[in-house]
Amino acid sequence: MGLDFSVVPKYLDVIFLGALWTIAITVAAALLSFVGGILFAVIALYAPKPVRLPFRAFEWLFMGTPLLLQLFLIYFGLVQVGIDLPAFVAGVIGLGLHFAVYNSELIQTAILAVDRGQMEAARTLGLSRGQALRRVVVPQAVRDVIPPIGNNMIALLKDSALVSVIGVAELTLSAQLAIGRTYRPFEFYVVAALFYYVINLAMEAVLRRVERRIQASR
Amino acid sequence: MTEKPFVDIRHAQKSFGSLEVLKDINLQVSRGQIVAIIGPSGSGKSTLLRAINDLDPLTGGEVWLEDTQVNKKLPHRQYEKHINQVRQDIGMVFQHFNLFPHLTVRENIKLAPKMLKGLSDAEADKLAEEQLDKVGMLERIDYYPSQLSGGQKQRVAIARALAMKPKVMLFDEATSALDPELVEEVNLVMKKLAEEHMTMIIVTHEMGFAESVCDRVLFMDQGVVVEEGPPDVIFRNPTNERTRNFLRKHLANANK
Ligand SMILES: Nc1ncnc2c1ncn2[C@@H]1O[C@H](COP(=O)(O)OP(=O)(O)OP(=O)(O)O)[C@@H](O)[C@H]1O
Ligand SMILES: [Mg+2]
Repeated sequence: MGLDFSVVPKYLDVIFLGALWTIAITVAAALLSFVGGILFAVIALYAPKPVRLPFRAFEWLFMGTPLLLQLFLIYFGLVQVGIDLPAFVAGVIGLGLHFAVYNSELIQTAILAVDRGQMEAARTLGLSRGQALRRVVVPQAVRDVIPPIGNNMIALLKDSALVSVIGVAELTLSAQLAIGRTYRPFEFYVVAALFYYVINLAMEAVLRRVERRIQASR
Repeated sequence: MTEKPFVDIRHAQKSFGSLEVLKDINLQVSRGQIVAIIGPSGSGKSTLLRAINDLDPLTGGEVWLEDTQVNKKLPHRQYEKHINQVRQDIGMVFQHFNLFPHLTVRENIKLAPKMLKGLSDAEADKLAEEQLDKVGMLERIDYYPSQLSGGQKQRVAIARALAMKPKVMLFDEATSALDPELVEEVNLVMKKLAEEHMTMIIVTHEMGFAESVCDRVLFMDQGVVVEEGPPDVIFRNPTNERTRNFLRKHLANANK
C-alpha cells in the first residue's frame, strides 16, 4: 500500500477543528500554568508551615508521577468523590497544574535571585513585605524566567496530545478518527504533525515578541 | 543645640552575632541640618544609617524621628504597620541606586505614593513630573532604568525618595558607584536639597563635597564616633590621632 495524500482534503475540516481544540486547551492550560506557577512559587517560599508542607506533597505528586496518570486521576478518579468534570476541563486542569509546578520551580529560583536591594528599596519607601513582593520582587522574577517558561509552554503544547486519551477531540484524536475511517495512519499523522509544527512556530513567534518587549525592562 | 533634635539616636548598639559593629553611638540632628559621616571601610557607617529606618535593627538603644520612636517595641504585626508608616518619612538613597528595573522612571516614582498615599493616577503623574524636573530628569520620564547612565539613575532614585515627601534623607555613598565624570551631577542635586534645608545624613568618601555642604561631620572608626565637629575643624584641624591618620591616608589615595 503506497502513500496517498488525496484522502486528506476530505478530512481537513475534522483535523482543523482538532487543531482549534488543541489551541484552546493549550492556551487555557498555559494561562493556568502561568498564574498557578506564580501562586505556587509564593506559597512554596512564603506560606506558613502548615500550608507549605502539604503543598510540598502536592508538588511532589505533580512532578513525580506521569502526566497521563494525573489526567486519569482527575477525569476518572475524581468522579468517585463526586467531581465529574468535562473532559476538556479535566485536561486543562491536569496540564495546567502539571506545568504550573514546573513553572513554580523556575519562579522560586528567580525570586531568590532578585537582588536584595530591590526589597530594601521597596521597604524603605514604606511598602510592606507583601506589597514589595507583589509589586517589585515577583514581577522581576517572572520577567527573568519568561524564556524557560515559554519552553514549558511549548512542551505543554506537545503534551496536550495526551488529553486525547480522556476523549478530548483535539488534534491527535481527530487524526486518529480520520485514520479509523481511511486506514491511512501515515498520511494523517504527518498532517497532524504539520499542524503541531505550525502552532509551535506561532507560539515561538509570540514568545519572541514578548521577550523583545521586556528587553528594556531588565 | 537649643532646638530639640529632629533625628535622635541614643546609645545605639548593634552586633552581628559576636561582632559588635556599633558601640554606644549618640547622634542628634536638628531640623534642616546636614551631617556627614566619614570613616574607614567597616567602621559601621552604613549600619548606623540603616538603623535609622530600621533596615538593620539595632540590638540596643533608641532611634527617634521628631516625636516618634522608630524602633519602639511592639508586637510583630503592629510593629510592621508602625515601621511602614515611619519609613514613608525617611528617604534613603543607596550606592547602587536600586531602581526597579521592570518599571519606567515614571512608574518607579509613582509606585509608592499611589500605593501608600492614595494618590490618583493623575496626581501621581504630576508628582513624578515635579520631582523629576527638580533633579533634571524630566525628559527621561518614560525611559527604563537600564537606558540611563549611573548618574541619571541616582538622580531618579533621589526623585523617587523625594516623592514621598520625607522629613529626612539618608544617603549611603550615593556617588561611590559612579564614574568620576558623573559624580558632579548627583552632587549638584544634593546641594540643591541642602539649599532647600532638607535634613540630610550623608555617608560619603568625598571629603570635598562633605566639607562644602555639611554643617557637621562625624568621624567613625570601629563602631564608635571618634570625633565630630564643624567640617573646617574636622578636615583642617582634627584633634584626634585616628582622624588625622584616616584623612592623611584618604588624601594620599585620592591623589594617586
Ligand atoms: N549583615 C551583616 N552580617 C554580618 N556582619 C555585617 C553585616 N553587615 C555589616 N556587617 C559588618 O559590620 C561591620 C560594619 O559594616 P558597615 O557596612 O556598616 O561598614 P561601613 O562603614 O559602611 O563600610 P564601607 O565604607 O565599606 O561601606 C563590618 O565589619 C561588616 O563586615
Ligand atoms: Mg557602607
